[in-house]
Amino acid sequence: MKKKIVIIISFFIFFSFNSHALIEVDITRGNLNPLPVAVSPLFIDSTSENKISKELGNLNIGLEISTIIENNLKKTGLFNPLNQDAFIQKPDIAHLKPRFEDWQLIKAQALITGKVEMLENNLRVEFRLWDILAGREMLALAFTTVPNNYRRVGHIITDKVYQRLTGEQGYFDTRIIYVAEEGPKTQRIKKLAIMDQDGANTKYLTLGNELVLTPRFNPTNQMVTYLSYFRNLPRVYLLDIETGVQEVVGTFPGMTFAPRFSPDGKKIIMSFAKDGNSDIYTMNLESREVEQITDHPSIDTSPSYSPNGKLITFNSDRSGYQQIYVMRSDGSNVKRISFGTGIYGTPVWSPRGDLIAFTKLHKGKFYIGVMRIDGKGERLLTENYYQEAPSWSPNGRVLIFYRETKSGDQGEGFSATLWSIDLTGYNERKVETLTDASDPSWSSLLTK
Amino acid sequence: MNFKVFIRNIFIVTVATLVLSACATKTTTLPSQIQGDVYTGTDTVEYLAKGVPDRVFFATNESVLTTASRDTLRKQAAWMRTNDSLSFTIEGHADERGTREYNLALGERRANVAKDYLMTYGISGNRLSVISYGKERPVNSGSNPLAWSQNRRSVTVKAN
Repeated sequence: MKKKIVIIISFFIFFSFNSHALIEVDITRGNLNPLPVAVSPLFIDSTSENKISKELGNLNIGLEISTIIENNLKKTGLFNPLNQDAFIQKPDIAHLKPRFEDWQLIKAQALITGKVEMLENNLRVEFRLWDILAGREMLALAFTTVPNNYRRVGHIITDKVYQRLTGEQGYFDTRIIYVAEEGPKTQRIKKLAIMDQDGANTKYLTLGNELVLTPRFNPTNQMVTYLSYFRNLPRVYLLDIETGVQEVVGTFPGMTFAPRFSPDGKKIIMSFAKDGNSDIYTMNLESREVEQITDHPSIDTSPSYSPNGKLITFNSDRSGYQQIYVMRSDGSNVKRISFGTGIYGTPVWSPRGDLIAFTKLHKGKFYIGVMRIDGKGERLLTENYYQEAPSWSPNGRVLIFYRETKSGDQGEGFSATLWSIDLTGYNERKVETLTDASDPSWSSLLTK
Repeated sequence: MNFKVFIRNIFIVTVATLVLSACATKTTTLPSQIQGDVYTGTDTVEYLAKGVPDRVFFATNESVLTTASRDTLRKQAAWMRTNDSLSFTIEGHADERGTREYNLALGERRANVAKDYLMTYGISGNRLSVISYGKERPVNSGSNPLAWSQNRRSVTVKAN
């Protein structure tokens, strides 16, 4: 998993110019005018192409990488990648110096060009981002890595382009961990699965012998905490993705569930149910010290830390129904923040710190929404028959969650699928998975 | 059309009529199977012994025992007292119309309500363990009020 991607930023300058940049993409609004962008297939010379064919089989790697970039950009809703058939200039020449008039002719405002080479056993990829109207280079970078990592190179280039054009960090070199589902509703088989953000490279981390739920990454994306019914004892587990080693978290005399890591990755926060009452606990993974955070005869669950670790948002039915609360990380100063009509669950703190995403149930419909951390400014982003459990993209601009369809009397027509939506409430998209899927959790950027 | 085909078609029509009438019957009896949001029928119920139902049902979001549920649990307790070598697992369940994590807690609460009631009728807590499945193991896979009411349950199962 921790496949080392050696990134050598070998030459070129980061930001060729900052003043008077003509292209700017405003991501705070909806996708009214996606920016027309041309992604030229990356050029590869025939010697390198032969070498790569030996490594990766017969694949046009220059075209593959440009397609990965195009798909990433398209899915943001902020960019409109232009059809490659319309491109006039050849990839190698465009990469040296584009004929800007040619690209203006097809209405491109930005152009991405690049070159792929095999140097010894490594793949070297360089790319440039051009501002067509200004007729200038905006960004140029090169990466060296093992050939197998070519998809990640496509994602990293997208991150760099996105960052240069929007001023915000990207979210493309990331993974999603989720629960893969199959079988009838009454005997659903569930496995932990991990895939690239764009749905490629799916791997299963458990075999489906026991029920598993709610996986979440640690901040370095090497560990996962989740709930497993191993030996019919529902407990929070820790899994090292690289080694596959699993261990139960703590020695609680009852069900532990709803786990998440603290922002420093040192603690796991979760619920522990005892005698019909669920409270929130933390366990320090180094010292194994367990701390009880809430103590209330109601259900307290779905805890999530603020990015600075000082506050915790959680879900409690102490008012009679599920509502969202915020407290200090030591459990003091508990305040209810959700006061709208309906019931509220699964609060999760934005990586930017200013918002909490949640699930809301009102009059038989489920909503994914966001509110500020004082509970004000509630905005519902999407309504559906059933959906829940939002997870933030690392830049705090997109939410991924899962939906279930209404089934017929015999369970027919049931499906569970992953979806994403922008914080703006626009750009709702199905996230393709190989099987039915639920409980998605977004990793942080793999390359920081 | 030869005779065999004719007979077969008659048969299909008859079966279809039976199926349809069964549906009709079910629909008309539905209201009486749910009272105050709690399932009161016996379609999904299994029996620990003759006359000892294995499960009790709950209203949406609730973990309060109804009169009928208490009656069922007293029957269970009486039977457990005469079979004192047996131990039991009480499985708590929720319907699909709630968030996964909350439903795990709710299932645990429901199982414990049943366990506590059995204990007040003299069953040792050592013989009773609980497990919550939240909404993960519905007994009826439909998405309708009847299915949901059958799924909001706690079920007593023999553990040895």
